[in-house]
Amino acid sequence: MEGTDADRRDTATRPEDVDPETAARNERLVESLLAGEHRALARVITRIENQAPGHRDLVARLHPHTGEAAIVGITGSPGAGKSTLVDKLAEAYRRRGDTVGVVAVDPSSPYSGGSVLGDRIRMASTVGDMDVFFRSMSARGRLGGLATATTDAVKALDAFGKDVVVVETVGAGQSEVDIVRTADTVAVLVQPGSGDDVQMLKAGILEIGDVFVVNKADMDGVERTVAELKEMIHRRDAAGDATERRPPSEIGHHGVAGSAGADADADTQNDASDDDTDDVWEPPVVETVATTGDGIDELIDAFDAHADYLCDSGKRETKARARYADEIRRLMRSDANELLDEELRRHGGVDALAKRVYERETDPYAVAASIVGPLRDCVEARRERDEPRTSE
Amino acid sequence: MSADAERGQTQQPIRCLIAKVGLDGHDRGAHVIARAFRDAGFEVVYSGLHRAPEEIVQAAVQEDVDVLGISILSGAHNTLVPKVIEGLEEYNAFADTLLIVGGIIPEEDREGLREMGVAAIFGPGTPMQETIDFVREHAPQRD
Ligand code: B12
Ligand SMILES: Nc1nc2c(ncn2[C@@H]2O[C@H](COP(=O)(O)OP(=O)(O)OP(=O)(O)O)[C@@H](O)[C@H]2O)c(=O)[nH]1
Ligand SMILES: [Mg+2]
Repeated sequence: MEGTDADRRDTATRPEDVDPETAARNERLVESLLAGEHRALARVITRIENQAPGHRDLVARLHPHTGEAAIVGITGSPGAGKSTLVDKLAEAYRRRGDTVGVVAVDPSSPYSGGSVLGDRIRMASTVGDMDVFFRSMSARGRLGGLATATTDAVKALDAFGKDVVVVETVGAGQSEVDIVRTADTVAVLVQPGSGDDVQMLKAGILEIGDVFVVNKADMDGVERTVAELKEMIHRRDAAGDATERRPPSEIGHHGVAGSAGADADADTQNDASDDDTDDVWEPPVVETVATTGDGIDELIDAFDAHADYLCDSGKRETKARARYADEIRRLMRSDANELLDEELRRHGGVDALAKRVYERETDPYAVAASIVGPLRDCVEARRERDEPRTSE
Repeated sequence: MSADAERGQTQQPIRCLIAKVGLDGHDRGAHVIARAFRDAGFEVVYSGLHRAPEEIVQAAVQEDVDVLGISILSGAHNTLVPKVIEGLEEYNAFADTLLIVGGIIPEEDREGLREMGVAAIFGPGTPMQETIDFVREHAPQRD
């Protein structure tokens, strides 16, 4: 499969001009990674993180070998118990024979750029088991770039052959939301009690959850938090994105009032297995105690049900394609921006140009046209050369 | 200094694992070092307490750290450090990892540890800047 897939690929355009030495090293690295060498996998992720020379070529070589892993995103406010839960999840997945990859993202210090990556502290249940590959990642102050680095690291774990890849992030900010979008299934963790967590959901996190987890279910206020969550999920499904979510006509299915608390079991065992709700997914709310492992099996059932739902409804493919579309656009824009910045520098830099605009020597439109114009001419000339008069 | 500037340009902060190994429950020093390294711009993975040597090896390999710093105040360094080194060698990871040790290490044991391949030992009272400068200077430069 690997060989033919690779051969079929359009390699006329290389993703990046790499010198033969880099290409050879990338080839060796990918070969070792595919052969199951942990050091090679680790080094590949480092090169991706560092955006080292040739990293795009590296990721391009991995791509034909990806697409098999189930990717689960875990997000939620700081201290909600994400890492503790990831540890127990990894243990449960291993028990049933799945190999596991984890990427855990932590913020970096705005002052020094350094960071203390503490998620690994919670990994205690799979001691010495190399079939759990855990990698800590610093946000390194990048916003847009973080999503790329994380997505590409996930690809490396996928290509390595991990059955499940779990991504842990802190659930604040847009870039986090982007990261969890690289996942097939997103779990949002909240803690009982404070009410703050549920409030936070209103600020955009609610939309991305496929499964909601009330962790620390050993603490006070669980029922209330579960009830609040369920109500918000129903309201979410009633409003807005009816194409993706439950159509308004079906909201009464479980009864709006009844769902606010009483039918925890029905919701935990979730609707995807029921025949009548094939193409809608109502996010279940699962209670867990990550420290003891209570509720972990139910959570994995919910993840599996969501994965089944994605497959059966065809959404797995739709989602993956939408993700690649995003990725293509993101890469293209960042490359185009780089090219424009280069041109801008060649024209004396934006400050000098702004000064000339200020002094009425020229105007912003003229400046933009003078920079983009030549690029457009090049593209048009190339287009004409490559596809002479096919249009009209 | 120059090595650090270079790393800055290529987006390569120094990655370290600060590890507590064995039954040793003294973690103040490890925390102090982890924070100081963070403030120096390093990326620090902290292992947490009570790790077995093979867990430390697993973490160092998976996290692909440039520097492995082991903190030991229990007196068990002469048995634990060689185990970690052996493990790293199994993964071919010993040669390009800077291995340093901190904590309570009696003078008479230091030479032995150095011979095994420990690059430096930092006991209580070592000025933090000295430790940071050492790491900057000796962190392996990878291609
Ligand atoms: C505080 C303390 C405790 C606290 C620990 C609290 C905690 N969470 O850390 C408590 C009370 C729990 C404790 C318990 C015990 N302790 Co006690 N403890 C100390 C004490 C007084 C200070 C340690 C400390 O925190 N120093 C402050 C920190 C910042 O310094 P540091 O850890 O040395 O770290 C510095 C450097 O060593 C270095 N460093 C450390 N790690 C690393 C790592 C790297 C990578 C680098 C670069 C540098 C580096 O940088 C740090 C900053 O300069 C020491 C005596 C001493 N003066 O050192 C005894 C001491 C360490 N304890 C000792 C003992 C024997 C014990 C006990 C076994 C029982 C007892 N007799 O008290 C128990 C065991 C507990 C356990 N499970 O391990 C002995 C160890 C003897 C030995 N190694 O041969 C000591 C030396 C006291 C003595 N003279 O007998 N202890
Ligand atoms: N009582 C209780 N405590 C828990 C539970 N799950 C986690 N904790 C504790 O909550 C604290 C934070 O847990 P982590 O797993 O580090 O939380 P996190 O969400 O990964 O934290 P960050 O990565 O810092 O955002 C730890 O002290 C855990 O022991 C739980 O189910 N019940
Ligand atoms: Mg965490």
